[in-house]
Amino acid sequence: MLYREAGDFKTSYVADSQTFPIAFDRYRYWVVLAVAFLVVPFFITDYTANALLLPFLIYSIAAIGLNILTGYAGQVSLGTGGFMAVGAYACYKLMTAFPDVNILIHVILAGGITAAVGTAFGLPSLRIKGFYLAVATLAAQFFLVWLFNKVSWFYNYSASGQINAPERTVLGVAVTGPNTPAWASYLVCLVFVTACALIARNLTRGALGRQWMAIRDMDIAAEIIGVNPLKAKLTAFAVSSFFVGISGALFFAVYLGAVEVGEAFGINKSFLVLFMIIIGGLGSIFGAFAGAAFLVCLPVVLKLIGVDLLGWPTDLVAHFQLVIVGLLIMFFLVKEPHGLAQLWRLAKEKLRLWPFPH
Amino acid sequence: MSADFLYGIEVVINGLMAGVMYALVALGFVLIFKASGIFNFAQGVMALFAALTLVGIMEGQIPFAHLINATFGTEIHHFGWHVPALLAIAMTVGVMVLFAWAVQRFLFRHLVGQEPIILFMATIGLAYFLEGVGDLMWGSDIKTLALGLPQGGARWIEDATAGLGGDDFYGFFIDKLDIVATGVAIVLVTGLILFSQYTKHGRAMRAVADDHQAALSVGISLNFIWILVWSLAGFVALVAGIMWGAKSGVQFSLSLIALKALPVLMLGGFTSIPGAIVGGLIIGVGEKLFEYLIGPMVGGATENWFAYVLALLFLVFRPQGLFGEKIIERV
Amino acid sequence: MKDMTESYVTEDGRTIGDVMLDLRNITLRFGGVEAIKDISFDIREGEIRAIIGPNGAGKSSMLNVISGFYIPQEGEVWFHGRKRPQMKPYQVARQGIARTFQNIALFEGMTVLDNIMTGRLNYTKSGMLAQAIWKGKAEREETENREKVERVIDFLEIQAIRKTPVGRLPYGLKKRVELARALAADPKLLLLDEPMAGMNVEEKEDMSRFILDVNDEFGTTIALIEHDMGVVMDLSDRVVVMDYGKKIGDGTPDDVRNNQAVIDAYLGVAHDD
Repeated sequence: MLYREAGDFKTSYVADSQTFPIAFDRYRYWVVLAVAFLVVPFFITDYTANALLLPFLIYSIAAIGLNILTGYAGQVSLGTGGFMAVGAYACYKLMTAFPDVNILIHVILAGGITAAVGTAFGLPSLRIKGFYLAVATLAAQFFLVWLFNKVSWFYNYSASGQINAPERTVLGVAVTGPNTPAWASYLVCLVFVTACALIARNLTRGALGRQWMAIRDMDIAAEIIGVNPLKAKLTAFAVSSFFVGISGALFFAVYLGAVEVGEAFGINKSFLVLFMIIIGGLGSIFGAFAGAAFLVCLPVVLKLIGVDLLGWPTDLVAHFQLVIVGLLIMFFLVKEPHGLAQLWRLAKEKLRLWPFPH
Repeated sequence: MSADFLYGIEVVINGLMAGVMYALVALGFVLIFKASGIFNFAQGVMALFAALTLVGIMEGQIPFAHLINATFGTEIHHFGWHVPALLAIAMTVGVMVLFAWAVQRFLFRHLVGQEPIILFMATIGLAYFLEGVGDLMWGSDIKTLALGLPQGGARWIEDATAGLGGDDFYGFFIDKLDIVATGVAIVLVTGLILFSQYTKHGRAMRAVADDHQAALSVGISLNFIWILVWSLAGFVALVAGIMWGAKSGVQFSLSLIALKALPVLMLGGFTSIPGAIVGGLIIGVGEKLFEYLIGPMVGGATENWFAYVLALLFLVFRPQGLFGEKIIERV
Repeated sequence: MKDMTESYVTEDGRTIGDVMLDLRNITLRFGGVEAIKDISFDIREGEIRAIIGPNGAGKSSMLNVISGFYIPQEGEVWFHGRKRPQMKPYQVARQGIARTFQNIALFEGMTVLDNIMTGRLNYTKSGMLAQAIWKGKAEREETENREKVERVIDFLEIQAIRKTPVGRLPYGLKKRVELARALAADPKLLLLDEPMAGMNVEEKEDMSRFILDVNDEFGTTIALIEHDMGVVMDLSDRVVVMDYGKKIGDGTPDDVRNNQAVIDAYLGVAHDD
């Protein structure tokens, strides 16, 4: 009774295929957006922004991107870290080469460049499938990180080999660099997250999304009913990399401010984002958010319990984190391959009947 | 012969030795993949875990000492004894068998019939878990593995070959450990082939690899076979862990080096033991030669990616690997 | 024997037109095995054409050749009077050839509705950007496709399971959803690979009725593979009989029934129960 869908009738196909077909969901969505845009910025602190909100928002974009490729189109990628690095370095080169252009445009362009690189690395997916492809994407991961490490043009020949985000403003407020207020970097990320989620939702509920899912579920049958596998796979790589590139650009420019490629975008980043979508739910936009929130909060919570409460050394807590993440991955794959998103759906089905289950 | 050319040959020889190491890890993958269709991403971490356990047992470390100390405020680290190497190896094998059983019982028994890609991702989770457990049990500091394996260059080879080139050439430098590793690898592969050809369990293993259903119907216990292959893979991981560990210390990077076994498999095919060996040698020689010839022009450290890119390019042109057969797709 | 070069009207009043698909001397080999040996036959507009034969006769391979999944080593495929160049399966689909599969090939992770909507993919013209914004052409197309799909859903009487994930459906319904997906594409030629395999009598009757209705109402040309002789003889206008990759008979159900080679190779064996 708390959650109703009965009595919510549709009179047009447009209404039936909207993002939240159930009125209750629609209201909640608007409430969440309103709080995120109008309330949170007034209460945000540097700590909550840096420890929770910014990484959550930025990883959500990456997770949406990977979920499009893996969850919707069925192509497993272990190169997410490498593609995030492309976004970051593209953004850096653009920022320093065209300082007068708005940073937001740079971030979008960085996404576009990453999309091009991602598409190039997606070409082998036409010939190789499954975990062969997963291993092949490791080539992208290791090669790209090596490239940004060795070719000093990418970091403007700086002695440290790092890239540092110079200060850039939007409407007179700094959004990158050390003088950025927490609410400004938060809002920038929030705008991108909202836009990316909407685009992802539209693409996945429409014709393109159906092509991706058809390829994922049965590629041969998909081709025979008229899906061009080349186009479907490459668009998945392109759209996915676009999002991942944006998240990489934000990760560098807005969140960290200074980046060393091997440390920030190593193979572990690829696994982290993959784990987010496994835990959150493969093939679900909401799952990308849930997984990102979960894996961003986990270390914070573990640190609270382990270090602050129990007084353990940090390395011990870090080891525990590995164990817990590993266990969770296995648990979700065994019990609930559709992740937190499916648990949420089940909870809703229960709520619909509560408190009168019969 | 010019010195440059001779050094090139030395690079090739060292590449072959490195390839043997890759092949050792790849062997573990092949065993598990053949019998269960699982692409075991955790093989590298298994090698790390086995080596950690071996060091821990030999030095009489108390498992989970770090955790116990943090929880109870104690200061315990060692039992105060040292276990002889052979006994420690036997005990480590025991631990790996136990691990094999647990993996089968708690993970893959629940994943029977799932798609390969789900199984693959489960082994990534397994890799994280095992790495965490290894760190919790034995600590994450770099350990040296003191099994008394020979170290350093083989002087007699250097002396014997010094005369081949001119004054600039001082003879082939070949690590004694690599020679030992090659010997061990040959023994291991021969042993595995003999096992699978001439023993009852070996034959059962091959039957399972061929057809699960058929194997079940003639009374082979799939569960037993899977525990067996995971144990064997654990044993191979231990051998690989010892060799790698003796070479560069027992530390996390060991599991990353083991990732290189993946491109090896992509070259050699996932089901072929000879493929794993040939693939390992190609990758070993290829990356050493590439680094020697091209590396200086592009800033070095090409070994990080060469194997993957080679495998990627290779697969695009021959998706079934070196020894695989062309697959006819059906609907 | 009817005149096979001119269009004619069948006993139940349907018009059978010109040759739509003409297969000329098709030979298909896998390695050393010849799955199809020098087979020629045609399919005419508006007819129901059956391909029969014992297991392993090469019938499914024949359908795979028509839908472009297998490329024959020898022979030509003529479609609407033109020789078809070598093309990919998805290009064949875009020419108006849709099909179902022997072992149901639905997209298990999607709902019934989404599965059937995939049949409309060839009619989607809007670009990625339009779809990303979900306005204008993209939204209009989506609605048009949905309307078409809903008509198919009504036609096949599967309204109730619209939003059910395909994985949860029983076998018979899956077969029907697969037919719906093929129909949603508005095919000129519909290939059905054992549409009634594994069904009980009642389900077979339903399916037969759908096939006849599709042919009758939409004028769709149908080529089908089927093992149930009764169904084949009732439904089809003409029958091709294959055995060991060779054509051993071709003609009306009556012709085929009385053909001695066919009786020896197939009917006699299949009907000894």
